[in-house]
Amino acid sequence: MSDEFEPTLLAFVCNWCTYTAADLAGTSRMVQQPNLRLVRMMCTGMVDPKYVIKALLSGADGVLISGCHPGDCHYINGNFKARRRIKLLNEILPQFGIEKERVKLTWIGASEGNEFAATVNHFINEIRELGPMEARSMAVI
Amino acid sequence: MATTVKIQVEENNPVLALQGFLRGLLNNESLSGILVPVHLFGKGIPMPTLVTNPDQLSGADPLAPAFPMNSAKLLSRLTRGQSTERIAAVMRPCEIRAFVELVKLNQGSFDKVIIVGVDCMGAYDNVSYKKFLGDSDPQEATLNFHGQVGDGNNPSINGVEIASACQCCEHPDARKADIIVGIAGANLHECIPAMASSARGEALLSALGLPDMESTNGREKALESLIETRIVTRDAMLERTKAATGTLKDLSEYLSSCVNCYNCRVACPVCYCKACVFNTDVFEHKPWQYMEWAKHKGSLKMPTDTVFYHLTRMAHMSTACVGCGQCSNACPNDIPVMELFRTVAERTQESFNYEPGRSLDEPPPLSVFKEDEFQETVSHIA
Repeated sequence: MSDEFEPTLLAFVCNWCTYTAADLAGTSRMVQQPNLRLVRMMCTGMVDPKYVIKALLSGADGVLISGCHPGDCHYINGNFKARRRIKLLNEILPQFGIEKERVKLTWIGASEGNEFAATVNHFINEIRELGPMEARSMAVI
Repeated sequence: MATTVKIQVEENNPVLALQGFLRGLLNNESLSGILVPVHLFGKGIPMPTLVTNPDQLSGADPLAPAFPMNSAKLLSRLTRGQSTERIAAVMRPCEIRAFVELVKLNQGSFDKVIIVGVDCMGAYDNVSYKKFLGDSDPQEATLNFHGQVGDGNNPSINGVEIASACQCCEHPDARKADIIVGIAGANLHECIPAMASSARGEALLSALGLPDMESTNGREKALESLIETRIVTRDAMLERTKAATGTLKDLSEYLSSCVNCYNCRVACPVCYCKACVFNTDVFEHKPWQYMEWAKHKGSLKMPTDTVFYHLTRMAHMSTACVGCGQCSNACPNDIPVMELFRTVAERTQESFNYEPGRSLDEPPPLSVFKEDEFQETVSHIA
């Protein structure tokens, strides 16, 4: 095994848009690095900040939250609620040395398989460069 | 012009004068009770008490520098759902601000309650209050604490200082009340102004038939200088806390004596969920899960999820934090939780341009959204 840092990323994606895009990226055989695990949610509006916090404390080096474009939300406005929650996390986490870059919010529509693959690869590279999450190296948390 | 009346102080005893004032209010037929701190147990701590018999106001002490709990939660119990009779509640500014937050979260109502706000010169935490009291009579001790002028410059008595939350509090003035008892800057051995700041407060005050007071000029000045001092203390505290918690490792050390008792959450006036997720099955882990986690890193701190709990509470509640300091008061291990929470709240509240307790018309930031906002929060890659 190489000693090089391989990031572990978690993604909360909405059933209606980004999950469908991920499916499309897969069935279209787009090349994606294997560092990301998907959690399918019905809507990004149900991603409680604590899910993101728990992921970061439990070994994830970054968390992607991705849903429908504004105006396209299956539940009308769940993505707008998600945006406020991510904004909130952006204010809280950096105070404790957790870089803003580790929590990313994007809008990826159902037909945007290429956008999904590009986002995933880009995010993984970004976190690889940023290095591991501090929680990983802590014996006790 | 809004009515300002004079509460005359006899025998240098403002507590007695305020008891008389409250008795007058309670005698008004539109009020059935008053929620006010009362000395009930000799040298014990005065507790918020719902008094319906004016004769039982003789132990009432709205000026006692004790703050056993934030009464906003109690007032929520007294005003939620159908309340038939109207009451008054004597509250500190931070209690009023917390109550405003609870009302916005549908946990209480202003409809059947007259808020009597008293300018706050700070209070002791529960342990310090007992030291402060020593062997003296509780009402005497209150008088000693305030001295002659309500300026907030309280000497350290029996070697104890007021709670650090109070030392850092930039809101000593009672706002959002129907009646404001303006002890700031008042000569407490002569007279205390009571100001009406709503139509309901106005009606009650004028019915008391007390003499009008010309000016309360001293109040503004006293408050200004008190706030100035407290902001200096607050900013130093914020810097200190930021420096002490800049990494996860630092934060874990800061919280190292936390035993997951969740007292800070219980004492928090704005943490209002009936069932907190941390008390649900979600955290009823199986023995094999603990074993797996321990094996993963070689060891596992028990109880688990301490930092997770505090970070989650920050995410859930920091925008509503009024800085009352009851979390620190409730902590059995003296973790400076108030400092941590206020430091985070400073950022989260500023980012949503939200000040808890400022206005009933400002919705809690996480309960609303706009279509066109916080664009910088969203990444676009391809």
